[in-house]
This record gives sequence, structure tokens and C-alpha cells, in this order.
Amino acid sequence: MKLRSRHLLGLEGMTREEINLILDTAESFKEILERPIRIVPTLRGVTVVNLFYEPSTRTRISFELAEKRLSAEVVSFSANTSSVRKGETLKDTVRNIEAMKIDMVVVRHQCSGVPYFLTQCLDSSIINAGDGAHEHPTQALLDLFTIRAKYKEIKGLKVVIVGDVKYSRVARSDIWGFTTMGAKVAVCGPTTLMPYEIEKMGIEVYDDVDEALEGADVVNVLRIQLERQEGGLLPSLREYTNKFGINIERLKKLNENFTIMHPGPINRGVEITPEVADGPYSVILNQVTNGVAIRMAVLYLLSGGEAKVE
Amino acid sequence: MNKSKKRKEFVKQPPEFDLAILGGRVIDPESRTDRIADIFVQGGLIKKISPGKAKGKSRTQVRVKEVIDAKGKIVVPGLIDMHAHLREPGREDEETIYTGSCAAVAGGFTSVCCMPNTEPPIDNQEAVKFVYDKAKEAKCKISCIGAVTKGQKGEELTEIFDLVQAGVVAISDDGKPVSNSQVMRNALEYCKMFDLPVISHCEDANLSSGGVMHEGLVSTTLGMNGIPSVAEEIMIARDLKLAEFTGGRIHIAHVSTQGSVNLIREAKRRGIKVTCETTPHHFTLTDDAVKTYDTNAKVNPPLRTRKDVAAIKRGLKDGTIDCIATDHAPHSVEEKEVEFDFAPFGMVGLETALGLVVTELIKKRILSWPQAIAKLTTNPSRILNLKSGRIKKDFPADLTVIDPKASWIVDPAKFKSKSKNSPFGGKKLWGKVCYSIVDGKIVHSM
Repeated sequence: MKLRSRHLLGLEGMTREEINLILDTAESFKEILERPIRIVPTLRGVTVVNLFYEPSTRTRISFELAEKRLSAEVVSFSANTSSVRKGETLKDTVRNIEAMKIDMVVVRHQCSGVPYFLTQCLDSSIINAGDGAHEHPTQALLDLFTIRAKYKEIKGLKVVIVGDVKYSRVARSDIWGFTTMGAKVAVCGPTTLMPYEIEKMGIEVYDDVDEALEGADVVNVLRIQLERQEGGLLPSLREYTNKFGINIERLKKLNENFTIMHPGPINRGVEITPEVADGPYSVILNQVTNGVAIRMAVLYLLSGGEAKVE
Repeated sequence: MNKSKKRKEFVKQPPEFDLAILGGRVIDPESRTDRIADIFVQGGLIKKISPGKAKGKSRTQVRVKEVIDAKGKIVVPGLIDMHAHLREPGREDEETIYTGSCAAVAGGFTSVCCMPNTEPPIDNQEAVKFVYDKAKEAKCKISCIGAVTKGQKGEELTEIFDLVQAGVVAISDDGKPVSNSQVMRNALEYCKMFDLPVISHCEDANLSSGGVMHEGLVSTTLGMNGIPSVAEEIMIARDLKLAEFTGGRIHIAHVSTQGSVNLIREAKRRGIKVTCETTPHHFTLTDDAVKTYDTNAKVNPPLRTRKDVAAIKRGLKDGTIDCIATDHAPHSVEEKEVEFDFAPFGMVGLETALGLVVTELIKKRILSWPQAIAKLTTNPSRILNLKSGRIKKDFPADLTVIDPKASWIVDPAKFKSKSKNSPFGGKKLWGKVCYSIVDGKIVHSM
């Protein structure tokens, strides 16, 4: 089996079989990562460009490691968006880069739709490493991978996403991913940070976190940004913490064997207390470890690889 | 007995008319004409309208220089676009008054009103004179709309009397709302002295701030900042209240939401002096068009939902919406070929408007031909006090001849406009412009 598209723009529209293919492939790579020599020659001769128009630590290092462990040739580019905007257009920049003969582009950009835009002006395979508040598919895939590894089956789990849903690309990719895999998804956050008509995405919407957590198996805590207070969407972070912060007390509402996730970076003491973030039920660091395997799987499959890794 | 003599005269005498348009279905909404007729033009004016024959030769035997056989065609007053951006002065790379007029006549428009949001804006008499000077070489008639406020900053009124003397037909800060209610009140009151309409671009700039498309399920899934319907509706409600209070004439530009249509319908019922327009894209497209991040579908007000499109069509049908205007907004490829968030708002419309009216409204039986044509001729003419927009003896021979049965595929590359930013490329449209005639001269033929 192969993926239907040569790009990974988002999880919207991706089938359960395709997601399983990526997760299964990632299993094989995870084994490789546990070997003493963690490099395979799978992508030898393939050139990958990492185009990061927005700051990133985790995702960028994770992609670079994934590429290097597959023996790809890697070039990374980061741009101060404002200076790029003044001068060369995005289209010119990427076409110039492609003129240097490349095969794949991993792109992170603060504008929704940029990965799609690149598919229209380049021949390379495009991987979305996060576009605006649209999607962050590899993050959702590693979330799915982490949860599947723990529960064996995603179907039937109740997953609650708490926080700034409106500006979260992780939330959207998780909603598509978890609902496609048969989980029951709920979102919870301040009404000012809930995008219009989100209930129409086939999920439940809560503004009371205790109600939302009732009987949940997985809680994905989103980062809350100071800008939201500055933009007038939140009166204060303090108030957010009181109403939505995930603390030990609130965990009592959850099912036994529950899991806490966070896509990072964490604002300790704001959206999550340190005890919860570091608790035994927290898989936050497992998520990061699994990120490399997932990205290896995506790179491998999009470069034309099939399910079996040799 | 004088037969031979007469024949001689016939040969000798100069033609009686410059142009005859024979056997077409003539629709003139003002006089409620809708019949087969022959139109004769002399000296740039319509001189004779006589019953014609649908088939065979026309009965009338007159001497004419040029004949248009309009059998099977529809002959209407030259279309009037009361809302276009011709970009001159300032952005001549995107459009000029001349190239805009070429696009207009190709689309069947013989009169175009140009909005004042140029660089610099048309906010003084000299600027209006510049536009009319450039308009001398245009293929169609150009009417200038002046700014409401100096520099379109929304603060101080322009010298409106001066603008009127220079020939503006309305004032508007289009592209930007007049946010300050006191300024809007003053404009409405001041313009009463000249019976001049104030055209309002209704948008609450705080509510729409940062938005790039309609706020709804599509913006939510795409993760893009939305412009809510209420951003438009709140301003319309304010302007209707101000029009009621002052007795001034308000014209609402590019109505796009269901709530807006309802507000205006209710205001008209109460006798407030309000008129309004919508655009072909707002009765044709929904926010689904943005799903592929087509920046040509990025427009302000944004494309709304199916529910809004249905309400716009009802408003057109019941007369709440008086006019159809293009909001022709040319932008260069370089400006549009960028991240969706960074692209400017606007799409060209002069060359697709009539086709969309025929395809989306007439063929779908939302409007009859006379109703649709009224919204493109009589009604804008009445609102702006123009001489064009009617087929009447001794009036300017501005006419459009349309083949209602011809279909065509939109190809932006073939547009006469300097800019090609249309989301309708590849769409099949019905209704083709055969001739555009301005002051008796054929300025466009198929």
C-alpha cells in the first residue's frame, strides 16, 4: 500500500488506512531508533529542504534528525518573515531553491495554506510542518502513534483538547486524526478562543473543563499564549489558569489509566501545573521521541516507499 | 407618377441615420418596453424607435449608413457599472481609465463610475478634473465618484460642493468605512444640498480587523481569521439610522449577507431613503471558493455562505437590492500570487458581470430580463442622476446588443482589463455581448 498523495498537507480527508500505514511504518522506524547505530540508507541521494518561516525548536530538530537518520541530504532555511515580505516573494524564494535540484520540502509558515500554495508552484513533495492555525499533521500523527502505543486501539477513546482551540493547528489536525480513527473528540476552552461553528466538525464543545474531562481517557493540553491576553480575548492568564488550567484536582474526573499530552512548548503553571506535566500519566516526552519515528515514516512514504521497511 | 424621380432622390440623398439596429428584442425598463423594434441613431442620439419584425426584412425603408441585424438578439440601454476601481492615478500597472473602459465595453458596459480610492484619492476638484481629462480617451463614459473625507481618512469632509461642480455623481470612501458616526452624519446632511447620494462601504473595522475571509465553518477548518457578517450589518444598521435621522440619501455598496438584506428591506418599508447594490460574485460564489486558497476569491466584503447567497437572490427578486455593480478591483499577478493572508482584496468583474447575471439569475429564473436589465441600467441611472440608462428618443444612443443564447468559457488571459484576477476562469457563462454602442458609435463588437 502507498499513500494517495505525494504531499502531506493535513489530516483532513486522509483515510483510516492511510493513517494506519503511517503509524505502522513508524513502528519499524522506532525499532531502528533503538538500535546502537540509528542510521539507515533509505533516503540516500534524496535532498530535503527544511523551510522554516516561523520559529520552531522541537519540530525542526525532529525533522532534521528524521532526515539525517534516513541518510537524506538536508538543507535548512529559516527566514525572518518581515524581511522576506519586504523583498523576495515566497514563490520566488521557493522556485529559486527548487532550481538547485531538490526532492522534498518541509515547510512551517505562519499563514494557513502555504504548503498548498507550494504544491502549486513546485514539483517537489511538500510536507506541512505547521501552517498558521490550519494543520500540523505530523504532530497529530505522533499523538495518534503515542496513544495507539499505549491503548493498542484508538477507537472508542474519549479525547479532550483543552485551550486555545481557535489559534491551534494542532487542535485541528488532532480533531481530524482522532475522529477518523474512531475516537470521540471534545474541545474545551474559553468561548472567545473557540472558532465559529467548530461543533460542525463533528465534535463536542465545552466551556466547563470539569464537565469536559468527565470520563475522558486522553487530555491534550494546548499552549496558551500571552498574545491572547494582549488581543483582548482573555482578561488575564491568571483567570485562564483558574478556569481551565489542568491541575491534580481536575484529574479525578478522568477515567482510570488516563493520559496527559501537550504539544509543547509548555507554559508551566499556566495551562498545566508542573506536577501534572511531569506526572506518571504524562506522555509529553514520549511524544517528542515518537515524533522522529513518525517523521521518518512520512518522509519515507512520501518519497515513494511502500509499507515494508527493508 | 413620381416613382422614377423618387428613386433618383434616394440615390442622391445622404443617409437619414448613422446607425440602425433592426429586429432585436428591445428592453427598456424605464418605459416598460419589451418588444421587437428597430432603433435608429443619428448624431449620437436615438432618433426613432419603431416596431420591427422578428423575421425577414424590416418594414421600414430608410437610408442608413450602418445596419446591425439584431434578430434573435436583445437590445438594452448601455449597461452602467456604478462601482468600479480603475486605479488611475497611482496604480496604472493594474488598470488605467482607458484599459478599464476597454474591459467595460467588452462586458457590455457603456458607463462606468470610478471609485476615488486611488493614489492619491479623488478628494478635490483638481483630481476630479484629472479623471475627466483621462476619460476623454476612454471607450465608454466615465463618471467620477468623489471621496467623502480628505485623504479618505474618515476625519474631515472633502469640499463636496467643489466636487459636485467638477462633476462627481456621488461620494464614497469605498475601500474603507467611514468609522466616525458624526462624520457620516455630516456627510449625509451636507449632501442633501446637492441631492447627492453617499455610497457607504459598510464595515466595522474593529470587528473585521485581521480577517481575510468570511467567518464560518470554512474559516474555522482552514484556521484563517474571519470577517463576521455582523461587521457589515452593524454599519448598515448605523447608516440606516443616520439616513432616517438626517433625511439624507444613503446607498449601500456591495451587500453580502442575509442580515444586511433584511435590514435594508425593513428600512425601505419604513420609507428611509436607501438604495443598495450587490455584486455578481456575491450572488454566485460562497466561501467554499476559498478552500483552495485561491487569492482571486479573496474579496471584501468576503464571499459568504449558501444561506447568504439565497438571501441576496431573494433581495434581488423582491426589489430590496436595486443594482448590480461589479466592484471591479484589478490587482497585479505579483500582488495576488502570495500567501492568502498577504494578498490584497478584490477581483475584476467588468467582463464577467453580464454573463453571471444571465447564467445565475436569468437562466435560473430569479429575475426576468427586464428586471435584471433595470438593475444594470435604469436603477443606477436614477440613483446617480445620469443621462444614460434608457432607450428614448433624443437621448444618448448608449446601447448594448446581447446574444442571450450564446455561451462562452471565461478565459482571464483574454480579458481586456490589465489585470486577470478573476476566480471564474474556466466557468461556462451564457449571454454574450455582440455590440456596445456609445453615443451612436460601435465601440465593441464580438
